[in-house]
Amino acid sequence: MEFFLNRYRNLSVLLVAILAQLGLLAYQSRTGQDVRLIRVWAVAAVTPMARILEAGRGSTSHFFRDYFVLLGVREENRRLKAELDRKELDNQYLREQLSTADRAKSLSIFQQSSKSTTLAAHVIGNSTDTEAHVILVDRGSNDRVQKGMAVITPEGIVGKVINVFSSVSYILSVEDPNFAASVVSEKHPSVHGTLKGHGTGPVSIDYVQNEEMVDPGDRFVASGEDLIFPRGTPACQVTVARDGRKGKEIYAIPSGIQNGLDDVLIVIEGVHGTIPNAPPADQTVHLLEPPGPDGLADTEVPAQGGARLTDLDRDVQNTRAIGAAQHHTFGSKDSPAPNYNLPPTASKPDDAKPAPSPAPGTQSP
Amino acid sequence: MTETPAAFHESARKDRVSKFNWISLVGIPLAAILFQVYVPRFVTYLSYLELPLLVTVYFSLARRSPITGVLFGMCVGLAQDSLSPQHPLGMFGIAKTLVGYFAGYVSQRFEVENSGVRLVLAFFFYFFHQFFYWFLRSALLSEAVSLELGQTIVLAALNAAVAVPLFRVLDKLRITE
Repeated sequence: MEFFLNRYRNLSVLLVAILAQLGLLAYQSRTGQDVRLIRVWAVAAVTPMARILEAGRGSTSHFFRDYFVLLGVREENRRLKAELDRKELDNQYLREQLSTADRAKSLSIFQQSSKSTTLAAHVIGNSTDTEAHVILVDRGSNDRVQKGMAVITPEGIVGKVINVFSSVSYILSVEDPNFAASVVSEKHPSVHGTLKGHGTGPVSIDYVQNEEMVDPGDRFVASGEDLIFPRGTPACQVTVARDGRKGKEIYAIPSGIQNGLDDVLIVIEGVHGTIPNAPPADQTVHLLEPPGPDGLADTEVPAQGGARLTDLDRDVQNTRAIGAAQHHTFGSKDSPAPNYNLPPTASKPDDAKPAPSPAPGTQSP
Repeated sequence: MTETPAAFHESARKDRVSKFNWISLVGIPLAAILFQVYVPRFVTYLSYLELPLLVTVYFSLARRSPITGVLFGMCVGLAQDSLSPQHPLGMFGIAKTLVGYFAGYVSQRFEVENSGVRLVLAFFFYFFHQFFYWFLRSALLSEAVSLELGQTIVLAALNAAVAVPLFRVLDKLRITE
């Protein structure tokens, strides 16, 4: 044994390392539990540096932005002083204020107006898996964040929390192939589907029947049926909708991540909203009476149990009425062919005559 | 004409075993992982740059020892696994352990200071790593993932192109005696 280990020392170490990791994998697969301690160590080692880097980047970018803004303002002031146009200066100033409005402010406004209790979080990193769309935010269990919570922006759904540590959390992005959310069409609230990510590019909406009405440009919102995203949260906008083999093939652009991801909102306590175009639940719908046969009020109704007449049925009735009015027996060669150009009522020779006297024993109304 | 024995070449190669201080050995892999965690947020296409893998290959080649390669690859891989919450621990670990072993093994038999050799090795090990990672995901986790050969080859070439200057920079961190 000793000889073997000395002779094949390299191979032995490799085997031990591989077997140890296979054992670790088997343990995790068998128990369905994560080896949390190792992850906590790794996250604890990396996140402080990520925070420092992010803080450094933020300060540097703010410095340069402020510097260039100041340069721009100085030049602008020179021009405006030369022009002596105070009004233009004010307008320019206001325009600049609007264009440089901080994204955090819009989040804050949305946070105040939203019924749900949300927590603002800052994105500080990604997952190391290049194929996964997982982001790291600077809020964790210390901030009441829990696994499974929804993550949104004012524009829409961003993802959901999949892993929580004391001060940071991992968010599974809406683009990730493992992401799914229950959505409903804003235009046709009866159209329900499941939003799924595909790694890159647009997301898809699955499980929508071909018979359902979905058009490019339609917007989908969260239906709330997945018990994660508050009902009414914008989800995506359809770009492609076509009939497929197993159902409609719908591709859409996710709404929440279109403007980049610097700050997000974690929904601590979600409150379901309404779907904008959906009618109230108990609204009565006014329906007209079914139309009667055209111009045949006094003619026989086909014995179809009240079914609507087709054009052919109406032609047959019209022909029979003309024949009856001109005393023609269809199928007999004894009577001449009727004049089909005359209308049925006008061609009735009896219509011009006075009504016959009632038979004895009867009463007229 | 005198012939130099093979043992002489072997010993000469082993004499060129590079040494690094502990700060480099810990700090460089950590920086590589941090790069992967942080930088793709701003430059998305840099997410395909597998710096932890390149660092593993470099240290395994420089140390010229399969055992060091195994341990180094395992540590870097497990650290990478820890920051990838979607998969269980061990996926990157096993793939990088194998890369470290074979890189250490190759370094004992070839002259790995040459830029051309490094380019080829970086290309090969990137492809090997991606293939093995895909194999583990398909075989052990039963995930329906496809290995896109064309894309993998292009990315292997890009990583190899980055590896050559990166290895030159890392050469500067060697301890000279």
